[in-house]
Amino acid sequence: MLVLYLESSALDTRVVAWAHYDGTGQARHMSGDQDDPPYKTGLHALKDGWRLIQASPLVSHTPGAEFRTDYLKYEFFFEKLVETQS
Amino acid sequence: MTLLNSEQMASFAARGFLKMEAVVPEDINRQFLEEVGSVPEDGTPESFYGHLFAEGNVPVVAAGTPLSETYQEGSAIHRLINLPEVAGAIQSLVGSQPTFDHHFLHVTFPPRFYNGNAPRAQHTHQDSTIDPRSAFDVQIMYFPHEVTPQMGGTRFVPGTHLRVVSEASISRYQNIAGQQHIVCPAGTLLFMHMGIWHGGGANESDDPRFMFKIRLCPTERQARLWDDSDLPDDHNKQDPIFWTGVNPKQPIHEILTRPEPWFEMDTGRLEYLNRIRFWRYLLGDSSFDADYWLTRIENEYV
Repeated sequence: MLVLYLESSALDTRVVAWAHYDGTGQARHMSGDQDDPPYKTGLHALKDGWRLIQASPLVSHTPGAEFRTDYLKYEFFFEKLVETQS
Repeated sequence: MTLLNSEQMASFAARGFLKMEAVVPEDINRQFLEEVGSVPEDGTPESFYGHLFAEGNVPVVAAGTPLSETYQEGSAIHRLINLPEVAGAIQSLVGSQPTFDHHFLHVTFPPRFYNGNAPRAQHTHQDSTIDPRSAFDVQIMYFPHEVTPQMGGTRFVPGTHLRVVSEASISRYQNIAGQQHIVCPAGTLLFMHMGIWHGGGANESDDPRFMFKIRLCPTERQARLWDDSDLPDDHNKQDPIFWTGVNPKQPIHEILTRPEPWFEMDTGRLEYLNRIRFWRYLLGDSSFDADYWLTRIENEYV
């Protein structure tokens, strides 16, 4: 799985945060292991064979909390299926 | 003591941390490491901490104790917090009579202590719990020995301190653009706003890594506690926006509106608003603005 956080809701905007979870066990990822993003934008990930399976919705701003910032807003989950020997 | 200046405070307001490299002299670093004791070669992380708690090498202090009564005179940490630069930073951030919240000696062990299970980095988190206050606590991270890149020094994300999140809820964010990893000489201190996102790295070196963290709370309103004598008279004056000619922005305004690499397009602007609000709080002046961000949305007539 590849999780990309983009700078807007558009897939062709810049990656600002990211996470990798490798279910094949071939790669070991952890927090802080990569200072440069794996792709420049979400679109670059699509072009490299990752399949988009979920995108965060655009949510109305709660009255009274319009200016509060908390979690990263533009989260995109990608998957890639690979052959393994099991 | 040496109080912080206005640009240092504005940087803290915008980015949530101040770093002082090698500010603690080597004799205090040596004394601290002797006081806490070394890690036995045949031990485990659990046995080391068990030994540490049993020996009482780190003082046991109740939360809420005045900082001035927390550490025994002559101890390494007592000497550290009374260094002019350190005492000045503490007073500038949390005032002259802060209380002690807690402290902890974080020891990050090298791979040989894990019996073949390679150590993993700590997930990114915000300490304590959801904390939407304008008032803030400060956490001092003390690195008593040199931290090399292989040691997995504390990772933190500048500018995240004003985000209201719930502790480890952000652990999914493995990497964030602009994250920094502590690599520093012995005796370095990191003063962090309690809200900054951070985590310990995996220690891939051959040596244990020590970091001592102290959380301090204010007992007074945190307004103009630093040396604000350098604030220019026209500090509140608005500058032109976008079409600025050759005129540079006022330094404080520039610091408060400088983006971080992880800023989203829209919420990056909210970060500016929240930084300006925080600076108003620190100034005790609700009329301050930079780039008209707050004035624009406060312009409502009833």
